[in-house]
Amino acid sequence: MEKPFSRRDFLGIRDLSAEEIIGVLNTAENFREINSREIKKVPTLRGKTVINLFFENSTRTRTSFELAAKRLSADAVNISVSSSSVTKGETLVDTALNLDAMQPDCIVVRHSSAGVPHQLAKVSKAAIVNAGDGANEHPTQALLDAMTIREHKGKIEGLEVAILGDILHSRVARSNIHLLTKLGATVRIAGPKTLVPENFRHFVGSGLAVCPHVSDAIEGADVVMILRIQKERMDSAYFPTLREYSIHYGLTNERLDLAKQDAIVLHPGPMNRGIEIASEVADSSRSLILDQVKYGVAVRMAVLYLATGGG
Amino acid sequence: MADQYGLIEKSKIMDSTRMKRALSRLASEIVEDNHGVEGLYIVGIRRRGVPLAESIAAKITELEGEAPLFGIIDITLYRDDLSTVGANPIVNRTELDHDIEGKNVVLVDDVLYTGRTIRAALDQLMDFGRPNRVQLAVLIDRGKEHRELPIQADYIGKTVPTKRTEIIKVMLKEFDDEESVWIYEKPSS
Repeated sequence: MEKPFSRRDFLGIRDLSAEEIIGVLNTAENFREINSREIKKVPTLRGKTVINLFFENSTRTRTSFELAAKRLSADAVNISVSSSSVTKGETLVDTALNLDAMQPDCIVVRHSSAGVPHQLAKVSKAAIVNAGDGANEHPTQALLDAMTIREHKGKIEGLEVAILGDILHSRVARSNIHLLTKLGATVRIAGPKTLVPENFRHFVGSGLAVCPHVSDAIEGADVVMILRIQKERMDSAYFPTLREYSIHYGLTNERLDLAKQDAIVLHPGPMNRGIEIASEVADSSRSLILDQVKYGVAVRMAVLYLATGGG
Repeated sequence: MADQYGLIEKSKIMDSTRMKRALSRLASEIVEDNHGVEGLYIVGIRRRGVPLAESIAAKITELEGEAPLFGIIDITLYRDDLSTVGANPIVNRTELDHDIEGKNVVLVDDVLYTGRTIRAALDQLMDFGRPNRVQLAVLIDRGKEHRELPIQADYIGKTVPTKRTEIIKVMLKEFDDEESVWIYEKPSS
């Protein structure tokens, strides 16, 4: 049987083939069962060390990676920026080399700058897993989104997926666009003109459309993916007020009615209720936001297993 | 004649009929020893133990008029050789949907050789609860001298004394379009 994945580092969806993506997803499917056991632990990565190196705040992703490592019996160490030497002036590469000298098997890294995991992969002996780098990629998020879609739609190929909101700053959008188009879905993006890069239609080839308004993107969609308004990245005036954003771009029941009757709603979290997504939508049965979080642990178990298991 | 892996075919030790008879006998022995299907839990070890376990469970149902509990174990995550087998053996799903607490579990595999697979299966089983007892049924036992752990089978289809250079292949229609058991030899290189 073909190995699902034979790379050491897990840096992004962009470089992966459709076969590799499916291989990782299938592996993740088989880890799900462990998370519903009474004893949620297998001895697979006993003696391996995973360092979660987070230069950016994160509760969900960091907890998810930590649980994934622990459920595989790896030792997980969390480093967040406030407690690291970076604040004392150490360069990124020096930080990586110092951690490397302690011989971890895997470093999970999140950073506000694109390309940091790729840079670390060049100097580190440990496997590097990208947990989000700037506006570039968030590959495990795209995988857990894909798992949620597959679970509810049975497939990805041929689906129409609307991705709405702040595309410009969104690594979630980039990873998802790569993944979904590679697996044969059509992706339609829309949002405030200031937050939707026009040149996006060139960057993955076919399967991507930029829509003039969110309603155009939602119409007939099988999946509606809402992005978070990243207030912390709003360094200039992209739209007048949050209230205005909510009126023109927020996902309400009324807008969702334009999608297919059985359309599902995804959001990578944390949600800004009443801004990009109305509470009535977030709390409806079409919203699978908590499923996404649940599947995230299985996806990260699979990624850690593939990055550190065996050879 | 060498096959695609360069193995030399030596002899066929069981055909489909003999396999069926052996599995029927194992099924009878299991119900006799466990006094029926009450609390009996047949668990196949992936991959080739699963169709064999299904056959045994079907035979037991036929004999007793009632089906035993059935489950599947994938031992990949419990292997002790993850760092030596090369990157990432494929992980498949474990399906133990019924509680194993207090049950009489019979693990089923195709070949008993070093005993390491069974060790992994036992460890995994214990993570699911405390069975009343665990037994082992195998179609082929390659002989005690190969064992690397103190593990023996309770129900054996056929004992086949083998050399270390030999390989036993259990062909099943689910995977190979035929049912038979063969001995192969690794060519001396």
